[in-house]
Amino acid sequence: MKKRVFAMVLAAAMVMAMLASCGSGSTSAKSGSNEIVIALITNTTGDYAQYGIPVHNAAMMYFDKVNAEGGINGKKITVLEYDDKADGVESVNAFNLAMEKNISAVLGSVLTGATIALSDATFEAGVPQVTASATAEGVTVIDPDDANSAIRTNVFRSCFIDPFQGEKMADYAVNKLGAKTAAIFYETGSDYSEGVKAAFEQKAAQLGLQIVATEAFAAGDVDFKPAMTNIASKNPDVVFAPIYYGEAGLAVTAARAAGCTATFLGADGFGSVKDYASAEDLEGTVYCSGYAPGTDSVKQFEEDYCKTFSVDAVPNMFAPLAYDAAMILCYGLEKAEAAGLTAGTDAYRKAVIEAISGMNNVEGITGSYSFDAKNNPIKTAAIIELTGGDEVFKEMY
Amino acid sequence: MDWLSLAFSQIVNGLQAGSVYALVALGYSMVYGIILLLNFAHGDIIMVGAYTAFYAMTAFHLHPVVSVVLAVLVSTALGVFVEKVAYTPLRSAPRLSLLITAIGISFLLENGAQLLFGADTKSMDPMVRGGIRLGTTTVSFAAIITIIVSVIAMAALSLLVRRTKLGKAMRAVSEDMGAAQLMGISLNKTISFTFAVGSALAGIGSVLYLCAYPQASPTMGSMLGLKAFVAAVLGGIGSIPGAMLGGFAIGLLEAIVSAVGLSEWKDGVVFAVLIVVLLVKPTGILGKKITEKV
Repeated sequence: MKKRVFAMVLAAAMVMAMLASCGSGSTSAKSGSNEIVIALITNTTGDYAQYGIPVHNAAMMYFDKVNAEGGINGKKITVLEYDDKADGVESVNAFNLAMEKNISAVLGSVLTGATIALSDATFEAGVPQVTASATAEGVTVIDPDDANSAIRTNVFRSCFIDPFQGEKMADYAVNKLGAKTAAIFYETGSDYSEGVKAAFEQKAAQLGLQIVATEAFAAGDVDFKPAMTNIASKNPDVVFAPIYYGEAGLAVTAARAAGCTATFLGADGFGSVKDYASAEDLEGTVYCSGYAPGTDSVKQFEEDYCKTFSVDAVPNMFAPLAYDAAMILCYGLEKAEAAGLTAGTDAYRKAVIEAISGMNNVEGITGSYSFDAKNNPIKTAAIIELTGGDEVFKEMY
Repeated sequence: MDWLSLAFSQIVNGLQAGSVYALVALGYSMVYGIILLLNFAHGDIIMVGAYTAFYAMTAFHLHPVVSVVLAVLVSTALGVFVEKVAYTPLRSAPRLSLLITAIGISFLLENGAQLLFGADTKSMDPMVRGGIRLGTTTVSFAAIITIIVSVIAMAALSLLVRRTKLGKAMRAVSEDMGAAQLMGISLNKTISFTFAVGSALAGIGSVLYLCAYPQASPTMGSMLGLKAFVAAVLGGIGSIPGAMLGGFAIGLLEAIVSAVGLSEWKDGVVFAVLIVVLLVKPTGILGKKITEKV
């Protein structure tokens, strides 16, 4: 008997809770006239929280800044914060909850898997979404293996995708270094290395950069001398090596020992290569990166971040990229507001999407943003050069 | 660069890699010859040797020669320690248990090193710089030192096995353990000595490895060990000249595969050799034909 009473009390409490939540939902929708509601879906707990927390913090910093400066068109941005624990099911649940509050846009998620799940949901609902960190092609392209696949036109990102770096470096080699011939040294069986290499080859063919040698190694290999001897015999102007710093150091050392004097080019895997080969062997090596710590455009952000969250340094590149993701989102919101639309309506969301895809070299802190047909950013990359054993920011390219 | 000098530098590359493989293959072969154990932890002893040399030189700023001696001593001690702790208690156990123990020790050393030294690759300045210019090619001093040192080590090993009393005991134990014991040869001493010699060669190999590729990482020994194992099988496992031959053959093969532009397939070719040898001539080039009763 007692049990039954208890169950009824519980049931009643649940009904009350549901009513209450409905109530709050309708009030926020009603007060939509002087606020813009958006959702911020990140993984601030769980296994990969080291990536999610900086994204959450930096995005909140940007929104707080906008609000402190009077909001957009006089309206405050109300951010609904959700934790998806890097789980696709949780991100979709968070999104569905947020939809009841009439959101205008979503910022998130952080890891590729959760972001793809989330982008399926936002695409169906037609809600603009910006991610700061998901690099996989499948985030914006529904079937990456199909060249004619449909695009999730509502999903954007502030980071560049891996193959983009290959194109960038081919472009840089030809137009900045005046290279005519190139050799490639990559890692077989690594999606990152093979993807960047393929993009480099494609762009090189377009630009008339001749690939004179293609050599490779498998994970765990350290004996790069034979491959480098081959490359040295072809005497290329540049050697493009989309590999990670440890192997990169060995490759450069082996190449110099084999008598190869070509300039080494790398992608963001080269970060901290300075500790893995001698200064004289590395001299002149260049690589591109999504973010150059300490450069003019991010200095202010880095100081603010450290002060706001009491840390010594910005934890990783996701923080500045999230700041830019929030900037991109607000750019879209501004345009929709300027068109005089009502926040939270389908027309408003559509206007935001159109505004973002029409961005033309809009300055962020990690580079300037435009978007290509697949909604990937065409942005400047930071070119880092090895000078006197140090990794020195050279230019934005 | 004309093709002749290119071929020459590729042969030097192959001999340099081959001498390290040969030194490691010797350890495999000697241990297999005496207690029929494939000591899969052998590659990881090299890793420990490399870390020893690395820390001796970078953290304690010891003279390179002192560091080299230290690396060889630590490798030797570790090899004997592993034998005493892990393999001696299992001497009468089935060979499979021994093999699995060896794999376990390998994992223990790799993960222990990761815990102790971190998962990062540790990099140091090359120990030997420069080289000799021969026409249009350069032969690095590191390559010359590697080849010379390994040839000396192998010659010393041959003398040790052929001419000394301990060498005689080793050969006797590998021929017939029971009979050797009856002749008054101390089994424990001889086996430990074999491990010590094999591990000392691994220690030398680790230093030569650091000369060529100045990096140490917790898993550096696994691929090196596997390739040396292929070299030992190719030469005929259990045979000392076979291990040397196999090591140089694998090193040259790798260089040739890269030289013809198939560097993507380098590892594939090495392991294809293992499969072919096991199918066509399981005893290897110099191995003895033994009919085994099952």
